[in-house]
Amino acid sequence: MTDLRLVGGQLLPPATRERRHLLSVSDLTRDDVERILAAARSFADSQERETKKLPTLRGRVVLNVFYESSTRTSSSFELAAKRLSADTVTLRASGSSVEKGESLKDTALTLSAYDPDVIVLRHPEAGAAELVARLTNARVVNAGDGKHQHPTQALLDLYTLRNTFGRLDGLQVAIVGDVAHSRVARSLVQALNLVGSQAILVGPPALLPPGIGPTSHDIQAIADVDVIYVLRMQRERILEGANFVPSLGEYSRRYGITAARVRPGQFVMHPGPINRGVELDGDVADSEASLVLEQVRAGLVVRMAILYDLLTAGPVAVEATVETA
Amino acid sequence: MTILSGPTGADDIIVRGARVLDPVEGIDASLDVRIDRGVITQLGTSLDTNEHHVVDAEGLVLAPAFVDPHVHLRTPGREDEETIASGTAAAAAGGYCAILAIPNTEPPVDDPALLRGLRARAEAEAHVPVGFMAALTKAQAGSELAELGALADAGAAAFSDDGRPVTAAGVMRRALQYNAIIGRPIAVHCEEPTLTRGGHAHAGDVAGELGIDGWPALGESVMVGRDVELADETGQPIHLMHLSARESVEHLRRGRAAGVAVTAEVTPHHLCLTDDAIRTLDPNFKMNPPLRSDDHRTALIDALRDGTIAAVATDHAPHATAEKEVPFESAPFGVIGLETAFGALNTYLVEPGVLRLETVLERMSAGPAAVFGLERPRIAVGTRANLVLLDLRASWRVHAAKLRSRSTNSWLLDQRLTGRVRMTIAAGRVAHES
Repeated sequence: MTDLRLVGGQLLPPATRERRHLLSVSDLTRDDVERILAAARSFADSQERETKKLPTLRGRVVLNVFYESSTRTSSSFELAAKRLSADTVTLRASGSSVEKGESLKDTALTLSAYDPDVIVLRHPEAGAAELVARLTNARVVNAGDGKHQHPTQALLDLYTLRNTFGRLDGLQVAIVGDVAHSRVARSLVQALNLVGSQAILVGPPALLPPGIGPTSHDIQAIADVDVIYVLRMQRERILEGANFVPSLGEYSRRYGITAARVRPGQFVMHPGPINRGVELDGDVADSEASLVLEQVRAGLVVRMAILYDLLTAGPVAVEATVETA
Repeated sequence: MTILSGPTGADDIIVRGARVLDPVEGIDASLDVRIDRGVITQLGTSLDTNEHHVVDAEGLVLAPAFVDPHVHLRTPGREDEETIASGTAAAAAGGYCAILAIPNTEPPVDDPALLRGLRARAEAEAHVPVGFMAALTKAQAGSELAELGALADAGAAAFSDDGRPVTAAGVMRRALQYNAIIGRPIAVHCEEPTLTRGGHAHAGDVAGELGIDGWPALGESVMVGRDVELADETGQPIHLMHLSARESVEHLRRGRAAGVAVTAEVTPHHLCLTDDAIRTLDPNFKMNPPLRSDDHRTALIDALRDGTIAAVATDHAPHATAEKEVPFESAPFGVIGLETAFGALNTYLVEPGVLRLETVLERMSAGPAAVFGLERPRIAVGTRANLVLLDLRASWRVHAAKLRSRSTNSWLLDQRLTGRVRMTIAAGRVAHES
C-alpha cells in the first residue's frame, strides 16, 4: 500500500473530522479538491497493477441507492466500492419498495438500520441527498439530485482536465446546451470557479436560467475556449409542450457540436449519455479531441477517492489506518 | 343573519394600565378599559373593579383584535391537518377575533347544505368567530359558476376559488357581472397556469442556481392586470389574494388611482422573507405564490405602508408532516401562520423601523374587516369587545409542540420572535390568555 502514502505530506487534512458528506460542490474547499484528486491519482496508479483490488475499505458497507436510471454513475460507484473491498449493495427504485409507494424518508430509515458507512444516492429531486443526510448516520454522497447538483461528476471532470492540461486554473470552458435541466452544469460551474477557471454557458435563452454564470446565446462564443463541454438534451426532464426549442433538429442546427465548429487544439467533453447527432456529432465524439472516455475512466478512480476520503480522516491518517496487503 | 359563526360571550373584564392603541379611532393613551357583559362600557383611569376579572396590563399594548381573511381550515376532508376547533384555537392564540375560511376543501364548499353544516359546526366548536367562503365555480373547476345566490343565502362570507386561478377570463367576467345582484366579496388567486406550470420557486437567480423550475412574477401579474380590467369593465369590486410581485402592485396601484374597486392582501412571509430562504431546500419555505427577490418584497412593504394593500392575510395552510418531509419539489405549497403573524411582523418589520406598529395593527384588523364588510374591531364605548393584548418586548421561541394548529409546517420553527399575544378577546369573550 505504499502508493497510498503518495498523497500525504503537503496536502491538508479535511477541516473537520466530523461525519462528512459530499452533497454539493459548495461543500468543498480547494484543499478538499486537491486531496481527492491526489488520492484518485494514486488509485489510478494502483489500477495499473495486476491485482486491482485494495483492502482499504474492507468491512465497510456502501449502499448505492438509485431512484433514476444511470449507467456510468451507478456502475462506477459499485466498482469503486468493490475495488476498495467494501461490501456493496445497489438498490434501484424499480423492483424495490419504492415502487410500492415507500417515502424517501422511510427508505432512508430502513437502509440506515443496516448501519451502512456510505449511502450513495441518486434521486430525481433537488435536496433529496440533504434530506437523507439528516435522517441517517451514514455519510451521504450525492450522485445527482434532480437538476440541482452532481458533485462527483464535477470532480471527475476536474480530474480529466488536470490530466489533459496539467493544471486547473486559467482554463476557459464553454458549457453548451440544456443548462436548465442540468445538475452537471450547476456543479461544474461552481467547481471551475473554485479552482480558478471560467465557464460560459451557451444555448438558447429558455435553457439558460439566471443565477448560474455568464451566458451567451451565440454558438460563436465557443470559438476561443479551451474546452467545449456539451450537455445532453434531457428529453425525459422536459415537460411536454414546454417549447424550450421548436425541435431537436432546429436545436442541433444552431447549437450542435460538429467538426466544423471545433477549432484545432480544443477539447470536447460530455457527461454522457450522448445523443449522437443531436447535441454532439458522432465524428467529434470519436475524434482525438474527445475526452469522453477519459471522463468515464476518471469516474472510477475519482469515486474510489471520494469513498476513501469520506471514510478515512484524510491523507494524514493514511499510514495509521491502511492495512498492508 | 350575521356572516360569522362561532362563540360570543358576555365576559366582565377590566384591563388595567395598558397602552390603549387604536389607530383608526385615534387613541394612544394609558387607560383602563372596562368590559361589561362583553361590551366596552368605559375607558378611563382607576376604574372600579367590582366582580370583574382584572387583567394587569402594565407595559402591554391593548389594540383592536386581528382579522384574518385567508385561513385554510382543511375541514371537511383533511381534519388530520386542521379542524375548525384547532384552527380557531390557533387564531385565538395569534390575536385574531375573526377569520375567514377558504373553501378549497375536500369536497370544495360549493353546496349550500355543506356550507350550513360547516356553520353549525363552527357554532359548536370554534374558539373565535369564523366566516366561510364558498367556491366561485362548481367544484372550483373554473368553468361553471357555483350557485352564488343560494350560497349567499346560506351564509357565504365571500366567494373564492383560491388554490386555483379562474383561468378563463370569460368565466371571471360572468362571475363579476352576476355578483352585481349578490354583492358578496370576490377574492381571487392570481396565477396564469401556462406560465407557472412545473414551477416551485420564484423564477430568479436562486431557483436558477438550485435547479428548481421557476414560477415567474409575471405568472401572477398578468392575471392581476386582467382582473383589474375586468373589475373596471364590470364595475364590480374584486379582492386580490396573497400578492407577491412588484408588477402586481403596479397594476393594483394604477387601478386604484383610476377608481377601480380593487383591494389586496399580502402575507407575513412575503413581507418578511425573500427567495434566499429556499437555499436550504426546506419545504417549509415553499409557498404559492413563491417567495421572491428583495425588490418584490420591498414593493409589497411600500404598498402595505401606503395603504395600496389594505390587509395582511396569513394564508394559513396546514400540511401533514409526512407531506412536508420530502424533497422540496415534491412538497405541497403552503405554511401555517396564524400563531406567528404578529410576532413575525413585529420582529422583522416593526422593530427594525421598516413599518410603524400602528400601520401593522391597522392592516391586521380594520383593513381586512373593511375589505370583507365585517364589523371593524375597535376600542370604543358601546361596541362588543374584540381586543388583543400584546407584549411587544416578550421574546419567545416557536416550538412545534406548543402550536395549537394541528400542523407544524411553520417557516419559523425554532426561531425566536419578539412580540407576543397575551390575551385575545373575541366577540366579548376571552378566547385566549397566556
